[in-house]
Amino acid sequence: MDITPTNQVLAVITTDRDRVGGSAPIFYVDSFSELEKVAVYLSRVFMAAVHDLGHGVYIIVKH
Amino acid sequence: MTIVLATFSGLIARLYMLRRDYRQYPSYPQGWAIHLFIGFIGALLGAILVPSLIEVEFAAVSFLLMAASQFREVRNIERSSLEKLEHTELVMRGTAYIEGIARVFEARNYLAIWTAFIVAIVSEMTIHAGWMVQIPAALAAGAIAAGVLNQLMRGPSIGDIADVKMTEIGFDGPILVVGGVSVMNVGLTTARERYLKQAVAAEIIPRDVEAKATLANIGQMQAIAHDAAAMVGVYMDVGEQEFTPLVRRDPESGKLVMVMIPSEDNQEAFLEAVSNVPVLETAIRKPLRSIAGRMMDGRG
Repeated sequence: MDITPTNQVLAVITTDRDRVGGSAPIFYVDSFSELEKVAVYLSRVFMAAVHDLGHGVYIIVKH
Repeated sequence: MTIVLATFSGLIARLYMLRRDYRQYPSYPQGWAIHLFIGFIGALLGAILVPSLIEVEFAAVSFLLMAASQFREVRNIERSSLEKLEHTELVMRGTAYIEGIARVFEARNYLAIWTAFIVAIVSEMTIHAGWMVQIPAALAAGAIAAGVLNQLMRGPSIGDIADVKMTEIGFDGPILVVGGVSVMNVGLTTARERYLKQAVAAEIIPRDVEAKATLANIGQMQAIAHDAAAMVGVYMDVGEQEFTPLVRRDPESGKLVMVMIPSEDNQEAFLEAVSNVPVLETAIRKPLRSIAGRMMDGRG
């Protein structure tokens, strides 16, 4: 059986260290372009969707 | 003679119904072989029922009961094989749609039995008139029976219960908004650009209260997404979840919006595809048949 977690935050990508915390893997990046790039890479790895929470915080969620 | 005629008619009826379901199921040769053979057994049963009843052999009825449980098995087989294949679909069919398809496959075998049964009756009734009358009469009865039964079995499609038209696509920050309904959060700028450039969206506006209740079914919504995507073709690849065709409901008016990125931009074809999605038997609701429903509609 293949078990994949769905509707869970698989990763958080952010430009702002102060805004995030918690148990999901967090990726800190320096710029918006890097944010987008890392988000694409991670979404392809997880085969999941990228959501924008605003203020430079992206999350990867599998649906 | 009766048995041959009736079996043949039932088989032809099943073949005729197989030909029509190309969209619900790919008609590969193996599938054809399986369903034709089961249809043949059904037709044979319907055919021998009449002569055996005339001979006052009621044991035939118990064979019919046994056969009925076999045909119910057809539904299980169809359901489980479609469920297994669900993972291989880019856009899921959804369990409601699978159930609908499985039911249709079971029901069609019964239609083959009915057709054979009717042909056998007509054939037995005209047996003394000579084969010149018997064969044409029986075959005509079979054709009429198959046609009528098939017509009765045809459910409505989305175009019959709702108006389908194109609608605009926009973004409110990262939120994809289609026809005034927020659909999802699209994070990537590149994905947003792709949506603005290539996506097509349709509004499905229910014509009455009953259509509104029917369209509110999640299985029906998923079936619309699957079928429209299957007919038009999707742009997405495996794992690109942000490009999954989506159907969402506007709680305010009860209308549905569907957005997808087609492999080729053809709005006419897209609208045609959405209108032709069948209304699932399990999704149909008739709130107006209840007192509370009529009161809500101001007709109480």
